Amino acid sequence: MLDVRLYLAQRLSAMLMVPLVLGHLVVMTYAIRGGLTTAQILARTRGSVFFMLFYGLFALAVSVHAAIGLRVILHETARVTGVWLTAFTVVAGIGLLLLGEHAVLVVTWP
Amino acid sequence: MSEHGAHIDVTIRRGTGASGWFQTYRVPRQENQTVLDVVSWIQQYADPTLSYRFACRVGMCGSCSMMVNGQPRWTCRTHVSKVLQSNSVRIEPIRNLPVINDLVTDMDPFFDKWVRAGGVHHPTRTRKDAIEAIDPGSAARVEIDARIECINCGVCYAACDTVAANPGFLGPAALQRAWTLVNDPKDGARQQILDAVSGKGGCHNCHSMGNCTRYCPTDLNPLAAIAGLKRETVRSLWGKRKNA
Amino acid sequence: MAVGWISRAHPLWFAFLLHRLSGLALALFLPVHFSILAMALRHPARLDGFLQWAQAPAVKLAEFGLVFLLSVHFFGGLRLLALEFLPWSERQKTLALGAVSLALLLGGVFLLRAW
Repeated sequence: MLDVRLYLAQRLSAMLMVPLVLGHLVVMTYAIRGGLTTAQILARTRGSVFFMLFYGLFALAVSVHAAIGLRVILHETARVTGVWLTAFTVVAGIGLLLLGEHAVLVVTWP
Repeated sequence: MSEHGAHIDVTIRRGTGASGWFQTYRVPRQENQTVLDVVSWIQQYADPTLSYRFACRVGMCGSCSMMVNGQPRWTCRTHVSKVLQSNSVRIEPIRNLPVINDLVTDMDPFFDKWVRAGGVHHPTRTRKDAIEAIDPGSAARVEIDARIECINCGVCYAACDTVAANPGFLGPAALQRAWTLVNDPKDGARQQILDAVSGKGGCHNCHSMGNCTRYCPTDLNPLAAIAGLKRETVRSLWGKRKNA
Repeated sequence: MAVGWISRAHPLWFAFLLHRLSGLALALFLPVHFSILAMALRHPARLDGFLQWAQAPAVKLAEFGLVFLLSVHFFGGLRLLALEFLPWSERQKTLALGAVSLALLLGGVFLLRAW
């Protein structure tokens, strides 16, 4: 159920996330050593413009990418089409965006 | 003559669609027999009501395509000895197409999509013009030559899980043909074809699972053709943006 | 998925299935992930409690699973981007296997550090 525009949005958000996913995996692998506490996380992220931009962009890209991916799965497994399919895509995208950016702000706002 | 009175069990899908059923026949086993031989034997000696299609029976026309143990194949080119499982074999009509009766499917949707994908030559010259010179060694021509041997047997269409899941998807055969026309300088409607494969059922729905290439009996590669279409449609869109 | 798919399964089809399942799992995990992180604002003690619980071996194993899923979706996705934007390569099966191997490697490194 993808036309060329949705396809492009999917592929572009994927390309955008290449450095972001790598960065996230590296950061997580580094940070996990010796356990993790809230204070430790916030010490690094709070007030950091870099983390805010990095994860802010990540949350935006993943919202687009996941919403379109879920759209394809919903169409191909449950045969949902038309208005309902579009509505689902929009809700999923906005939902992930709001939850994601909220989490980013919570840990990076000074 | 059967060899030592040996038999095989052949289970065939009868009827149409949801109201169909499976029927099993005991068929004499031969040293060299194809699945088409077996189906023909059943229709001629066991059950004259069985409907099936074939024509050349030598692997050139693609009419005898059927699902054999869940895999789409040309039955005239499938030796029974290669597919027997516990002395039995299961035969069904090719997937993703409406069933007319038993093993005969309605190929109309397949050909409709062929045309919808732009798979019609759009000429640029008349008989009064000189014949366009095409270099057979050029990269574009080599690319086309690798893909034009398609005989529309429907095996790739039956193999594709995306066709099964997404009824609007044009499918590997139609898209592969569109790709050959996109690469053909003699065709005058390149952008029209790119637009035809950029809609809701277009090439961008392909998930590159490669069942088409895996099962094509002519060793064609629709997977690569569709990847090429994705590249060209994006490039053309980008070009439009720049010129807009 | 159509009936009798297993008879048609082959390496690139498994790659497709893995990509789809990993994507689905990650998409479903994300809201949970975001909600837990957001606890840092109003319920930092609860977040700490969760992070403590996450020290359990079973949870570390689950995290390895998540890292593997993200990595395999990532490397598989790179293969698809190459397939779609670069000229055709005959080595699709090799690349697909390479994606899984790299994902296991990354997951393994994570698990070793997390243990």
